[in-house]
Amino acid sequence: MDPTILSRILTAETLSFHIIWATIGVGVPVFISIAEGWGIYKKDPHYILMARRWTRGFVITVAVGVVTGTCIGMMLSMLWPRFMQMAGNIISLPLFLETFAFFFEAIFLGIYLYTWDRFKKPIYHWLMSIPIVLGSSLSAVFITTVNAFMNTPTGFSLSPDGEVINIRPLEAMFNPATPTKVAHVLTSAYVTCAFLLAAIAAWHLLKGRNHVYYKKALKLTMILGLVLALATALAGDFSGKFLAEYVPEKLAAAEWHFETDQYAPLVLFGWLDDNGNVRGALEIPWALSILGGGTPSSEIIGLNDFPEDERPPLWIHYLFDGMVVIGTYLIVIAALFAWLWWRQKNPYRPWLLKGIVWAAPLSFLAIQFGWIYAEVGRQPWILRGIMKVSEASTTADNVGVLLLMFTALYIALAIFASLVLLRLFKNRPAEKEMEQRGIA
Amino acid sequence: MSLELIGITVLWTFLYGYLIVASIDFGAGFFSYYSVLTKKEHLINRIIDRYLSPVWEVTNVFLVFFFVGIVGFFPDTAYYYGTALLLPGGVALLLLSIRGSFYAFANYGARKSRTSLFLYGVTGLFIPASLSTVLTISEGGFIEKTATGEVRFLAWEFFTSPYSWSVVFLALVSILFISASFLTYYASQAGDATAMSILRRYALAWSGPTILASLLVFAGLSQHNPVHFGRAVQDFGWMFALSFLCFVCAVWLIWKQRSLGWAFVSVMFQFFFAFFGYGASHLPYLLYPYVTIQSALTNTTMGWALVIAFIAGLLLLIPSLILLMKLFLFNANYVKGEKTGNKT
Ligand code: HDD
Ligand code: HEM
Ligand code: HEM
Repeated sequence: MDPTILSRILTAETLSFHIIWATIGVGVPVFISIAEGWGIYKKDPHYILMARRWTRGFVITVAVGVVTGTCIGMMLSMLWPRFMQMAGNIISLPLFLETFAFFFEAIFLGIYLYTWDRFKKPIYHWLMSIPIVLGSSLSAVFITTVNAFMNTPTGFSLSPDGEVINIRPLEAMFNPATPTKVAHVLTSAYVTCAFLLAAIAAWHLLKGRNHVYYKKALKLTMILGLVLALATALAGDFSGKFLAEYVPEKLAAAEWHFETDQYAPLVLFGWLDDNGNVRGALEIPWALSILGGGTPSSEIIGLNDFPEDERPPLWIHYLFDGMVVIGTYLIVIAALFAWLWWRQKNPYRPWLLKGIVWAAPLSFLAIQFGWIYAEVGRQPWILRGIMKVSEASTTADNVGVLLLMFTALYIALAIFASLVLLRLFKNRPAEKEMEQRGIA
Repeated sequence: MSLELIGITVLWTFLYGYLIVASIDFGAGFFSYYSVLTKKEHLINRIIDRYLSPVWEVTNVFLVFFFVGIVGFFPDTAYYYGTALLLPGGVALLLLSIRGSFYAFANYGARKSRTSLFLYGVTGLFIPASLSTVLTISEGGFIEKTATGEVRFLAWEFFTSPYSWSVVFLALVSILFISASFLTYYASQAGDATAMSILRRYALAWSGPTILASLLVFAGLSQHNPVHFGRAVQDFGWMFALSFLCFVCAVWLIWKQRSLGWAFVSVMFQFFFAFFGYGASHLPYLLYPYVTIQSALTNTTMGWALVIAFIAGLLLLIPSLILLMKLFLFNANYVKGEKTGNKT
């Protein structure tokens, strides 16, 4: 196979794998910090134990996040040397800043892990969690600005012979895609972790382990989860408006919107027949115009306005739909829980708990859908409008070997990480630990 | 100082930082496994774990910092090294990933298995060997630019060159020497006399080979890249002389079991002078003879933006690193294991 295709596969595989752990790396520290802080404030050892146990799982996932991240970092230069040679001139600032964020996080993670009970005042230990939260969220912010730059490259000019000149690093970093992308990536990482942790608690309750510890964990994560799910959808809505203005072909491809039009409907699912007509789809009138422009009369640019070889593949439609459906599901399930709890009814019903357990894998799926949509929707460009993917890739002919090696690595990492996590918590269930620590 | 000099100095300093912290880590992995084989693990592994556990992620970031930084300051290197080093780089990356994740699995997970110790020990030797090849390649002769402008790695020449093997040898023995001399100091801080005496023996045992290997590298370089060799001896010979002096000092202190902290500082200076002497005489080339720091330099705006970011970053990092060292390296109670701080 040609090196470009292989490089694309390897990049996609590495990033899809990294993003699972990176999402945990961005989101879980927030919940650890909140749980520990709340526990100290309320003098409630249950929340502090929660923070401890979450941290213990977190270090394992961080390790996989770190090594896969190191892989992407190097692979960007190895697989896309001409892209890095050019983009490195313009966008290396946030990449460089990201390493400082990692540094900051790594240092304080080491401290946090090994200083439980070491300070006289518990609040000092809690303070060590703040740099971890800042470091991991900032690393997501910085790397997301790089990705945003690939979608809307700004902050430089091209000389007639193709050299990049007149570079404005800050403008490149704060390009038009940055605000919506950063907002949506952060909120979606947080919401995914809320549901991940909620699902773990719900799972134990379903197994008949009724300790109040699990109920507290579920309440904390689901209430934050509701807020975050709404925020994610809101940020997604802004992302849609951003696309309509700056990257209309991506939105049009996702929505099978061919003719530029007002009052455009949102097309859900369905398929395309041989003549390119949409069949069997659920159409929500005006909704696309509202998503893209805020009012039903907003004009949405159609795909036919673009040359054929610059249109993204049409199957990304299903990814977008999947993401939106999952987003809606998350809001509904969290709202149900919150409503039952608020009306002082029993929110720990088995069907609801099952629904929460499902929400966790679904949110990770939404993350994958969202990213693949965002990345494949940029095709054929690596830098939209400037450089095509085929112009950027390596010419070396060993990419296939590398692909096999790393596929094996990711499979091994996934298996071992899961085994280690399972063993870690099986050997020491929360009930036993509470007994050991003398917590009621 | 010109921008390109600032850039390369910053990066080289971080690479030096990586050299020291990673050597401690790589060597410790090897000693750990070796001690299992010789049934002495109960004597030294506790010392090794105490130091490594809180810092392994920090070690990794030093490396990330270096390769992100070099692409930032000198984007052309991404093109040359990226294309040429696809396979060797991939292998190093694979080993790094295995090492990092299995360390965490074994250490933060439930228990240590022999397999993970084995992986940890062996990758600790292979990673430096494969990373050191980048320095070899930078000397030129192993990367070729074809008439059509494509960049190719000459694997055969590389694997049959005595110079490249001498560098690998130097990398391995230096790691074991650096690591053993640090752990000797750490064990003495912990008041663990048995571990100290074992580690001290390792340190002394690896000191001779370190010097031997350096001589071999010099000999290899004089054949492989006489220009660089000439500069190293004529312009920067004094740095290598200082390096040797520090080495003698360190070995003497370790031998006498005196001021082991200073002994390790001398080791750090030994490598500091050698590493910077090597680097300075290598300039202006990043890849002989294709890429120099001037030809590869990013535009001035980005360069200064990176320098400013770097200074701001340091203001954040230095206090944090000091805190880390205070808590784990220079805290007698922690080192002795009295305050375990209850791993989570
Ligand atoms: C839990 C995850 C999750 C959920 C529930 C949603 N999204 Fe999303 N979405 C992401 C996770 C995500 C993401 C992984 O964060 C992406 C991928 C790239 C990016 O910028 O964010 C993304 C991208 C993304 C984009 C493309 C942005 C671009 O390419 O620049 C749009 C238009 C939306 N989303 C819109 C929505 C809407 C209208 C949702 C309604 C509820 C929604 N998303 C829910
Ligand atoms: C900030 C983050 C990211 C950057 C800088 C980035 C960069 C890249 C680059 C350089 C490519 C190769 C060129 C191309 O095919 O367009 C690519 C492709 C791809 N990436 Fe990303 N990526 C990021 C995040 C992600 C994440 C998190 C995912 C995963 C879920 C992802 C999924 C993909 C996919 C599926 C492709 C292949 C697209 C195709 O070839 O059709 N990306 N990305
Ligand atoms: C092209 C894209 C990407 C590159 C080059 C990249 C690079 C890296 C590197 C080098 C590391 C390891 C750092 C260390 O040694 O500590 C890492 C870890 C991490 N990455 Fe990525 N990354 C990418 C995409 C993403 C995305 C899209 C996110 C978040 C949304 C993200 C969030 C993180 C976080 C939070 C960590 C810290 C590890 C953890 O806490 O789990 N990365 N990444």
